[in-house]
Amino acid sequence: MPMLSFERKYRVRGGTLLGGDLFDFWIGPFYVGFFGVTGAFFTILGTALILYGAALGPTWNVWQINIAPPDLSYGLGLAPLKEGGLWQIITVCALGSFGSWALREVEISRKLGIGLHVPFAFSVAIFAYFTLVVIRPLLMGAWGHGFPYGILSHLDWVSNTGYQYLHFHYNPAHMLAVTFFFTTTFALSLHGSLILSATNPGAGEEVKTPEHENTFFRDAIGYSIGTLGIHRLGLFLALSAGFWSAVCIVISGPFWSKGWPEWWNWWLSLPIW
Amino acid sequence: MRGYPHSRALMLTALLALAGCDQYPPVESTQQGFRGTAMVELAEPGADPAAAAQAAVPAALPQVPPGGPKAGDVYKNVQVLGHLDAGQFGRLMASITAWVAPKEGCAYCHEAADFADDSKYTKVVSRRMIEMTLAINTGWTDHVKETGVTCYTCHAGQNIPTNHWAKDPGPVRRSRFDGNQGGQNFPVRSVGLSSLPFDPYTPFLLGASEIRVNAPQALPTQPPHAPDILSAEKTYGLMMHMSDSLGVNCTFCHNSRAFAVWEESNPQRATAWHGIRMVREINADYIEPLAPVFPQNRQGALGDPFKANCSTCHQGLNKPLGGLSMLKDHPELGTPAPPPATTTAAATEE
Repeated sequence: MPMLSFERKYRVRGGTLLGGDLFDFWIGPFYVGFFGVTGAFFTILGTALILYGAALGPTWNVWQINIAPPDLSYGLGLAPLKEGGLWQIITVCALGSFGSWALREVEISRKLGIGLHVPFAFSVAIFAYFTLVVIRPLLMGAWGHGFPYGILSHLDWVSNTGYQYLHFHYNPAHMLAVTFFFTTTFALSLHGSLILSATNPGAGEEVKTPEHENTFFRDAIGYSIGTLGIHRLGLFLALSAGFWSAVCIVISGPFWSKGWPEWWNWWLSLPIW
Repeated sequence: MRGYPHSRALMLTALLALAGCDQYPPVESTQQGFRGTAMVELAEPGADPAAAAQAAVPAALPQVPPGGPKAGDVYKNVQVLGHLDAGQFGRLMASITAWVAPKEGCAYCHEAADFADDSKYTKVVSRRMIEMTLAINTGWTDHVKETGVTCYTCHAGQNIPTNHWAKDPGPVRRSRFDGNQGGQNFPVRSVGLSSLPFDPYTPFLLGASEIRVNAPQALPTQPPHAPDILSAEKTYGLMMHMSDSLGVNCTFCHNSRAFAVWEESNPQRATAWHGIRMVREINADYIEPLAPVFPQNRQGALGDPFKANCSTCHQGLNKPLGGLSMLKDHPELGTPAPPPATTTAAATEE
């Protein structure tokens, strides 16, 4: 497979975290590395187990395939394969696979001599998943508190878990997470429309520069965060959304078992009313 | 973490937020549905409100040997329980005193000089409440099952059950540009401090409004018109009350992926369905008709008598008194009274 003209510059040895030179090579356009090998192992094994679980189940309808965690009665122990054990192994595979991918990103970042922004950002997403299927079940004393693997079944889990606390929109960390999710998409839409406008000028006009972009936003809202700043802001908003999602679910159950509306009683009991 | 000084601040904020919560792991959880559906009940560790409620129950009085003359033949003006043995009748009266008026004694309802006298309103109310108890234990077994109820289930040693309601005139508000709020945004206990309409009782537990959330079909433009958003909010207000009264969350009865579908609901939902109808009968047929009898200090702000809701019996437990059956010590409350004609005859014979 031919390399792109600039690729040769970046295909450098070294920067590996584990395995030294052993897996320090490319297959076609893909860097392998030690974590490429572990990542492939966990991904293939996990996907195969999901297919096995689907084969055991009542349906091949892709929406309805469901691989559920064990009953709560198994606590933090291992469950038989067909009664949640599959879910447990698939969870290990998923975390092994996600972790491998993040570490492979670290190795590539080191090769490229860039910061670790990309693996750090991906780690926040892994942290949110880890919170859902490991930290919270550990705190609540049973793997059965994890969410099932299935397109519709995991949505049912989300719905019922919300209704365990009567009205999840009153969860303060959920409020923050939702606000960050909306804000990150809002910021992306502002940024995207600005870039698309600047780079697609009308007939006979030239592509606009960042100065032009800055001027547009200074005119419109009195401030422009700048070309570098918008990406820092975007990263902060997106990671905050994932981070507060993890917080909002880990406090639900381990630290609060009543309805979330009731949590706001502290507000009603303030002496200022 | 290089280049992310805010991440440390985030961690600190999270720790502070956790410190604001009042309990720590492990939480006690009970699975209510298939694994992975998150139909789970949660409870604070170590708390056992059922045991506390049971410990307060007064010991049952010793049984009286059957036989002997009937209460209706021995005492005057016994309109409901005349068919009981006089001994059994006396034991029940003593039990009711312990259940409802342990401090005031017999004189809370009876004129000391003439127990047959009906001049105290409490006696008139008690008679109707005894009829109600018999009706519940014999006619509403879909809700109270074999456990049944006694006066103590609601009264718990109090003249008036602690949890009761009367019609709420609502908060005083001046008219505003946003107009009618439909009773929302007043954080009250009746709807679990949520922003739902503040009075779920009058439409659903006195009246027989339909308990509906959403339309069964898309674009419900044809009659009969499907429930609107307001009816969903009122319904959720009632559900908040039920949840608060029973100390359970929504998934105790419902699979929230399809609230209305009976096949996907837990069996408890059917019990609750009968319970709602039972409370309507209690309020509409037994308590409201007594309105002229009650003195002013037994009336709500709008002059209606104090009525029952789910928490009147349940008091925070999904089974009142944690499922303890006091009825088994008082089988006389679980058998229907003879038809009124018989009792009237007995009353006139004396």
